[in-house]
Amino acid sequence: MAATDVDIFSNEEKRNLSLGGHVGFDSLPDQLVSKSVTQGFCFNILCVGETGIGKSTLMNTLFNTMFENEEASHYQNGVYLRPRTYDLQESNVHLKLTIVDTVGFGDQINKEESYKPIVDYIDTQFENYLQEELKIKRSLFNYHDTRIHICLYFIAPTGHSLKSLDLVTMKKLDSKVNIIPIIAKADTISKSELHKFKIKIMSELVSNGVQIYQFPTDDEAVTEINSSMNAHLPFAVVGSVEEVKVGNKTVRARQYPWGVVQVENESHCDFVKLREMLIRVNMEDLREQTHARHYELYRRCKLEEMGFKDTDPDSQPFSLQETYEAKRKEFLGDLQRKEEEMRQMFVNKVKETEGELKEKERELHEKFEQLKRMHQEEKRKVEEKRRELEEEMNAFNRRKVAAETLSLSQPLKKDKDKKKSVKTENQSGVNLSNSKVMMAKANMEPLNCQSWWQAIQCCTCLVHSDAWRQGLF
Amino acid sequence: MKSEESEDKQYVGFATLPNQVHRKSVKKGFDFTLMVAGESGLGKSTLVNSLFLTDLYKDRKLLNAEERINQTVEITKHTVDIEEKGVKLKLTIVDTPGFGDAVNNNECWKPITDYIDQQFEQYFRDESGLNRKNILDNRVHCCLYFIPPFGHGLRPVDVEFMKALHEKVNIVPLISKADCLTPNEVKKLKDRVRDEIEHFGIKVYQFPECDSDEEEEFKQMDKELKECTPFAVIGSNTVVEARGQRVRGRLYPWGIVEVENQSHCDFVKLRNMLIRSHMHDLKDVTCDVHYENYRAHCIQEMTSKLAQDNRTDSPLPILPLPTPDVETERLIKMKDEEVQNNHH
Repeated sequence: MAATDVDIFSNEEKRNLSLGGHVGFDSLPDQLVSKSVTQGFCFNILCVGETGIGKSTLMNTLFNTMFENEEASHYQNGVYLRPRTYDLQESNVHLKLTIVDTVGFGDQINKEESYKPIVDYIDTQFENYLQEELKIKRSLFNYHDTRIHICLYFIAPTGHSLKSLDLVTMKKLDSKVNIIPIIAKADTISKSELHKFKIKIMSELVSNGVQIYQFPTDDEAVTEINSSMNAHLPFAVVGSVEEVKVGNKTVRARQYPWGVVQVENESHCDFVKLREMLIRVNMEDLREQTHARHYELYRRCKLEEMGFKDTDPDSQPFSLQETYEAKRKEFLGDLQRKEEEMRQMFVNKVKETEGELKEKERELHEKFEQLKRMHQEEKRKVEEKRRELEEEMNAFNRRKVAAETLSLSQPLKKDKDKKKSVKTENQSGVNLSNSKVMMAKANMEPLNCQSWWQAIQCCTCLVHSDAWRQGLF
Repeated sequence: MKSEESEDKQYVGFATLPNQVHRKSVKKGFDFTLMVAGESGLGKSTLVNSLFLTDLYKDRKLLNAEERINQTVEITKHTVDIEEKGVKLKLTIVDTPGFGDAVNNNECWKPITDYIDQQFEQYFRDESGLNRKNILDNRVHCCLYFIPPFGHGLRPVDVEFMKALHEKVNIVPLISKADCLTPNEVKKLKDRVRDEIEHFGIKVYQFPECDSDEEEEFKQMDKELKECTPFAVIGSNTVVEARGQRVRGRLYPWGIVEVENQSHCDFVKLRNMLIRSHMHDLKDVTCDVHYENYRAHCIQEMTSKLAQDNRTDSPLPILPLPTPDVETERLIKMKDEEVQNNHH
C-alpha cells in the first residue's frame, strides 16, 4: 500500500539544491496548459432568481452570445431546474458551458419548499461524481463534470434589504456551492441608494452567517484586484444585448427617455467587475474551490453516513476495501439476525396462542364437569325425595290396612259409624294419611276413578296392598 | 332694455345651484381614504409622498430580512389634514406593511379584506343607528396595488390579492419603479398586465364613460387615460435640478428621471386621475357599488338566519326597526297563510 512508502520519504530531510544550468522543467506549467487546452474546459453556472429578474439577459451579455431562451411563465407550481449545455470557443480554447436556470423561483405564494429542488440538484451532481470516483473501472479524465462551480444569486433591487426568501435560500446553499450575490436590474437604484443597499445586504449576510464566495487573495498576481473587488460585493449589474449608438461608438446599452445606461461603463454599473472576476480572473479558482471544498464536504458527509471512518479505534488508517468488507459482513450479519428475530417472534407467538387455546379448553372442560356434578347432585336429591315419599306411602298403606282390619273386626253399626266417621273425616278435611295414600296411589298405578274422593271410596284398590291385607300398621 | 327685462323675467335662478353646492362642500370639507398595497421595496411610501407633496413616513422602521421570514400583515393608518385654496381634505392613508414579504404568503390578504369589511360593518351600524349626525366614513375609497416591474406580468400573489379585493374596493393597479423599463418594455408589460387582468376576470376600477356632450379635448384626454392603464409610475422624495428647473426626480449617472415629466412616466396621469378628476367618482363607486353589495349581502344573511332560527338574534343587535319580534312574526305568518288560503 502506498501509505507505507510515503512514510519512508517523509523521514528524510528535504534539501534545497541549486542547479548548475538550465534543465528545462520550467516548461511544466506550459505543458499543463497545453494539455488542458487540448482537453477543453468545463464550467457550470447556476442562476438563482425570480422570474423576469434578468438571468438569461445577463448570461447573454456576459458571454456575448444569444443562448436560446423562452420566457418563463409566473404560474409554475414549483421550482424546477433547467440545465443547458453549450460549446463555446475563443481563440483555441474550448469551453463546455452549462447554464442552469431556476424556473418558477419566487413565484409561488408559499415559498417554503422553494430551495429544495436547488439543493437536490446540486447534491445530485455531487453524487454522480462520487459514484464515478468510486467505480472500479472509472474514467475521470473523460467524465463530463456537471458539478456547479458558481451560483449567481440575483437580488431584486428593492433598495431596502434582502427578501426573506433570499436569506433562507442562501443559507441553505452556502455550504454547497460558491455564491456570488448580485443586484439585478441595477439601473433602478441611484448611486446613494445603491451604497446603502450594498452595505445593508452585506451586513445581513454576515449577521446571519451566510458564507459567500470570497475572491482569493493568496495568489500574489491577483491579490490586489481581488481584495478590492471583494469590497464591491454584491455587484450591481445591468444586462443588455441591444446596441445603442453613443457618441461615435456602438455599445451595449439600455435606452431610456432620460439617458442611456451603458453596460460596460464602470460608472454606470458593476458589469465589467463581474465579468472580470467571474471569467477572466477566477474561473479556475472557482472550479478548484468547488472540487476541494464543497465536493469534499459532500463526500465526507456521505461516506460518514455510510459508516466509513478514516481511522479505526486503534488509530490505524483504514483502507476502503477493508471497511467495505467489514460493512458488508456487518450488513449480512444484521440481515441474518433480523431473520432469526422474526422467526423467534413467530414461534413465540404460535406458542402463546397454543397456550391460550389449551387454557380455554381446560376451562370449558371444568365447566362441563361442574355442570355434570350439579346435575348428579340434583338427581340424587330427587332420588332421595322419591324414596322418602315411597316410604311414607308404604307407611300410610300399612296404617290403612291396619285401620281396615280393625274396622272389619268391629260390629256393623260401628262399621257404619266408622265408615261415616271415615267419610266425615274424609269429607271434612284432608287426613294426612289418607292424602298420602292417595298420592302414593297416584304414583303407583293409574286411577280408574275420576276424582280422588271417588278413589278413596273405592276400597278395592286399597285391599290389593299386601301390607293392608297383612294388617301391618 | 326690453330684452334685459324679459331676460330677467325668464331667469329663475337655479343655475346658481352648483355654486351653492361648491360653497357648502368647501365649508364641510372632504375626506378620502386611500389604501396602498404591495410587497416591500416597490416605492409605495415614496409615491404617496410624491402624490400629496408631504412626508407621511418620517419615522418608520423597516424590518430585516430574517425578521420578515414569518411576518404577518399589519394595517397601519396615517391621517393628515391638508388644505389647498380654502378646500380642506382629511386624507387617510392605509398601509399594509408585511404583505407578500414572508416566505409563506398563504392568505396574506386576509387581514386586508377583514379591515375593509370592518369599515363597512361599522358604517352599516352607524347608518342604521338612531343618531346619524356625525357618521365617520372610514370606508376605503381606493386601493393602489403595486405590481413589480421585474417580472413578465402578474404573479400568482398579485392575482390572488386582486381577486380577493375586487368586489370590496376600487382597485387601481400600478406598475411601480418604472424607471427600470425602457418605453418598449413598458408597453409590453402594460399589454401583458391588461390581458392577464381580463383573463383572470379581475374587476379593476373603470373610469366612467364621458358624456357625449363633453368637449372634444376632454374626451381625447379621457381616451388617452384609459389606454394608459395600468399606470407606470415613479416616485421621488428628492428635488433635483433638471433643465434649469428644480423638479422632483431621481438622479442617475446617465440622466435625471423627472417624476412629473409625462414622457418619463405616468405619474402626472395618476395624480390627475386620483385627485384632480376622479376622487369623487371613486367615493361614489365605493358608496354605491361596493358598500351596497356588502350591505345587501349582510341583510340577506341576516334574514336567512332569521328564517332558520326564528329568533331575534341578529348579527347587528343595535338595528331597531327591521327586526320584528316573535309575536309579530308569528302573526305575520298566520295572516300570510290566511291570505293564501283565501286565494285558493
